[in-house]
Amino acid sequence: MTSIAPVPAEGERQFMSQTMQNGQMAQTLAGPPAIVLDKVNKWYGAMHVLRDVSLTVTEKERVVVCGPSGSGKSTMIRCINRLETHQEGRIIVDGTELTDDLRALDTIRREVGMVFQSFNLFPHLTILENCTLAPIWVRKMPKAEAEALAMSYLERVKIPEQAKKYPGQLSGGQQQRVAIARALCMKPKIMLFDEPTSALDPEMIKEVLDTMIGLADDGMTMVCVTHEMGFARQVAHRVVFMDRGEVVESGAPGELFENPRTDRLKLFLSQILRGH
Amino acid sequence: MSHATVTAEPVPTPARLQAKVAAIGPLAWARTNLFGSVWSTAVTLALGYLIARVAVSLFAWGVLHAVWSVPYGSTGIADTSVCQNLKGIGACWAVLGDKYRLILFGRYPYDQQWRPAIVVLLFIGLYAVSGMRRFWRKELALIWIVTLTLVGILMWGGVLGLPLVTEDYWGGLPITLILATFGLAFAFPLAVLVALGRRSTGLPAVRMLCVLYVEIIRGVPLIAVLFMASVMFPLFMPAGVNVDKLLRAQIAFILFAAAYLAEVIRGGLQALPKGQSEAADALGLSYWKKTRLIVLPQALRLVIPPLVNTFIGFFKDTSLVLIIGLFDLLTMGKVALSDPPWQSFSTEVYIGLAVVYIAFCYAMSKYSRSLERDLNRARAR
Repeated sequence: MTSIAPVPAEGERQFMSQTMQNGQMAQTLAGPPAIVLDKVNKWYGAMHVLRDVSLTVTEKERVVVCGPSGSGKSTMIRCINRLETHQEGRIIVDGTELTDDLRALDTIRREVGMVFQSFNLFPHLTILENCTLAPIWVRKMPKAEAEALAMSYLERVKIPEQAKKYPGQLSGGQQQRVAIARALCMKPKIMLFDEPTSALDPEMIKEVLDTMIGLADDGMTMVCVTHEMGFARQVAHRVVFMDRGEVVESGAPGELFENPRTDRLKLFLSQILRGH
Repeated sequence: MSHATVTAEPVPTPARLQAKVAAIGPLAWARTNLFGSVWSTAVTLALGYLIARVAVSLFAWGVLHAVWSVPYGSTGIADTSVCQNLKGIGACWAVLGDKYRLILFGRYPYDQQWRPAIVVLLFIGLYAVSGMRRFWRKELALIWIVTLTLVGILMWGGVLGLPLVTEDYWGGLPITLILATFGLAFAFPLAVLVALGRRSTGLPAVRMLCVLYVEIIRGVPLIAVLFMASVMFPLFMPAGVNVDKLLRAQIAFILFAAAYLAEVIRGGLQALPKGQSEAADALGLSYWKKTRLIVLPQALRLVIPPLVNTFIGFFKDTSLVLIIGLFDLLTMGKVALSDPPWQSFSTEVYIGLAVVYIAFCYAMSKYSRSLERDLNRARAR
């Protein structure tokens, strides 16, 4: 919550103009649905962590999910590639429903990339090996081709010179950029970001967000759990606010941030903004 | 003042130089660590005296007054009267000279003992090759299969013009190495499977089975498992089916070691952050690929010290097979001592045996340390 927004609040006017832009973009997006959550419910024991969560993300849409800690936003995003299982409702990703069918799950995980809060790079493999692992073992790509692909993505996230190093030798920001490159090497249709900047030192947040903005410019379908409101304003078509396992409000970022309808969102925004 | 130091620096006085040397030399180390206070000095002197006494008498016994060989009578029986007279004053190393082939190779036919000798060398070569990281490729499995087959051919014979020697005549160091090598080589993969099974969430039946296996085996002494393998197991077999005693002991040993190793490996699996497994899942790796490429390489690295600890323990535990009538290295030492002329020289024989055990165990521990260092260097933080 105390993190620095990549786009500093220079004034209300600029915010408004950006908001208008994004608002219009949201309206023009009407492609086929990439992710559909339909009345999803989940419990941890007696704790009801997702309550009738419904959300449709269309192709090329960029959705930012925010909410206080414990609101279920991470659980929700982790349900999309079944790192968590839901108990009720349906989740359809790229036309395939998530069930206990392992083959369907494999298909989905190949199409959905994920970036974690704690990077989760494989410490016993070099940066390059981290990136080539899944293309070689899951996509059955020849090693040379996988390495060329990995280098191209490492260049995109601006760290090709670190390819031979191990994750432990890199800074947090660099590690997270590698994690993004690693996910991209699988050429996913959808990217999920679970608080990608929350574990970073403030001076490293910008480099990661810049990478994500570059990805957004390419038209990647993105779902991103984050508290970076500046990022949300600049990139998101839609912001979803969750609290206590429910989707409380959703809408274009400007609309949502300027005119929150519920007290819960008002409270959350005031807490977030106080942090800035 | 600053001017003075500047001029003094380039030409240090001899006194200062001396002090500097002393500060890093062994003398300075002794002064701070051994003679730091009155008490420290007293303890140092007392212990120093004791150590010197023991060292001097050991040297006198083991080297100065030691008997290295004894004359043999016309009947070929060793005349150990020289040793008997010097008992307690000088060591009788002649016993090792006389008996080393019996101790090392057991009752294997004397003229064929070059075969177990090669087997021992093959094992040592196998360990050396397996220890080198540049051999850590698929071919290593082939090397193992070839070597272990060669071991079998050499020990049994019956082919290639080698006379057949049944297991009843095997003994000594080859038995110890066979039990330890085959034992740990088979127990290790089994242990990995049991450890994984014990942590599987999707298959409760498998998990229960693994828990039961580990808990039952761990709850029983190794001696009891060996007894069961040697005495009870044949009772349950149909008449006429005879599973060799060495094989039964080997299987008992594998099952026992696997339970312990599984718990060590499980510790490594548990220490691995959950995020590693999740990241592999998110990339679409299947369970077995994830386990092989991400989970095990990291988990096993974490448990090298306890793993080697267990290996060393089981290497020495092979000596327990003496209770079911197998003649391993230690047992052969006992057998050698049953020869009347040498009966009273057990100290010398056991010292000789200890040297062999220490050589193998120390090599293991030394290797594990260098392995840890190498693996950690690759991912220096």
